[in-house]
Amino acid sequence: MADYTSPELLTINAARLLRDGDTVFVGVGLPNLACNLARRTHAPNLLMIYEAGVIGAQPARLPLSIGDPTLVSGALAVCSMYDIFAFYLQRGNVDVGFMGGAQIDRFGNVNATVIGDYLHPKVRLPGSGGSMEIAAWANRCYLLTPHSKRRFPAKLDFRTSAGYLNGRSERQAANLRGGGMLAVVTDLGIMEPDETGELVLTALHPGSTVEQARENTGWELKVAARLRTTLPPDPEELRILREDLDPQGIYLKG
Amino acid sequence: MSKVIPLSEAVRQYVRDGDLVYAAGFTHLIPFAAGHEIIRQRKRDLTLARATPDLIYDQMVAGGCARKVIFSYMGNPGVGSLRIVRAEIEAGKLEWEEYSHFGMISRLQAGATGLPFMPMNPTAAGDLERVNQNYRTIKDPYSGGEVVVVPALKPDVAIVHVQRADAEGNAHIWGIIGEQKEAAFAAERVILTAEEVVDEAIIRSDPNRTLIPGFIVDAVCQVPFCAHPSYTQGYYDRDNAFYLKWDEISSNRPASLAYMDEWVYGVKDREEYWAKLGEEVHARLKISSRPSVIVDYGNY
Repeated sequence: MADYTSPELLTINAARLLRDGDTVFVGVGLPNLACNLARRTHAPNLLMIYEAGVIGAQPARLPLSIGDPTLVSGALAVCSMYDIFAFYLQRGNVDVGFMGGAQIDRFGNVNATVIGDYLHPKVRLPGSGGSMEIAAWANRCYLLTPHSKRRFPAKLDFRTSAGYLNGRSERQAANLRGGGMLAVVTDLGIMEPDETGELVLTALHPGSTVEQARENTGWELKVAARLRTTLPPDPEELRILREDLDPQGIYLKG
Repeated sequence: MSKVIPLSEAVRQYVRDGDLVYAAGFTHLIPFAAGHEIIRQRKRDLTLARATPDLIYDQMVAGGCARKVIFSYMGNPGVGSLRIVRAEIEAGKLEWEEYSHFGMISRLQAGATGLPFMPMNPTAAGDLERVNQNYRTIKDPYSGGEVVVVPALKPDVAIVHVQRADAEGNAHIWGIIGEQKEAAFAAERVILTAEEVVDEAIIRSDPNRTLIPGFIVDAVCQVPFCAHPSYTQGYYDRDNAFYLKWDEISSNRPASLAYMDEWVYGVKDREEYWAKLGEEVHARLKISSRPSVIVDYGNY
């Protein structure tokens, strides 16, 4: 039995995808924790941008919402919502975008809008927020989600934001400035797009198996020729998360 | 000329049945007191536009004020679902029109700057553009490429909460500035609520901080703690506990109606509401000071 929770595993693996000096468009919850963890380990020069219009935030407490006042106090800059989307994201000043969403398909397209028919929704989800633009314009996009068939269906009910559409060539033809979905981190492993844009299993976390990943994916999941095993969370990463970043376990309880 | 009037009077005069209302504020400075006053005055058939409807529109929908919502993220920020708006949409009882954040805010930008529409780079996702005919794709006349456009949003009335304003409505805002300025300039009528109504000299001491000029403002209402359970930067904290509690309250109709009876219909105004919240809540939302270094504009 592993001595860490599934959200801790997701957060630590997401943090490792960030590079020192990256400008990240941060969401609340696990992406926020991943960024703060990266900033305290290998990426001290990470620049955190929040869609509420905050640049260079240094949150002193864990923000519940993306518009928390702790993001503002001590930040480098604050701008309007139009400015954050136009000057920062559309202009090409964002390296990394973290995505969420209820459904992800094999080409990394995401549904955050509706389950069922759009006009007669079975479950109405919150909708795009900024994800339609982040997916199109951030240089690199990552998604964190538990691994389940419900999350990875063969077909989306609604395409809120673009991964590789129906294949990498279609995204290329659309001439979007961003590089698209580069990795989906789950509690079983990591999926990355192949040359066609299809998400294939490229890494497993310690203890998980290919069979588990296949059983929990709604399409015929391909496995990379060289399947890696991720390094287990190290004690220092876990200590920072548990003691400094989320001491009450709001996001990290299993 | 002073435009200072009570909030109840401003809502009576400037919010009309059938209006398109934009109560501004991205998480910050959401004018809850005005939302509650609109509910108390039983305004009807409103179209409620906000990038994030937040609890204020959940409550106004529960109060029967809305015919339609326009939004780009319909969630309880940091908590989950916006249950009442969601249930009404799922039940087919509420019209809706939706955008991405940039689409929504570009509509307001067009309205605020007197343009018929705003262009954006394509995102290729496709489905939102398919279900909302307000998204159009046109040819860029210069490069021959494509741009996506959305039409100007022109609210009948914008409600904007600020830290401080003078009696004419010249307003200072700091912290997250969201879409307050855009909403005010886009709207036909503007109701300004302020934590403090201050002397004009205070506004003139720091003109760069004036986001909204008084001449576009119709009413100025001094409403301390107007934003609770949202917050006012430098004045009081966001009541995250209430945002979590609302998730519970709004999950069943009797609890939502009981809340409205007690906290909206059951109080006269924001002063009574704030007093009713009690000292424990006041203490929990109290913040300590972190002032900026004073800016020297120089004498010329």
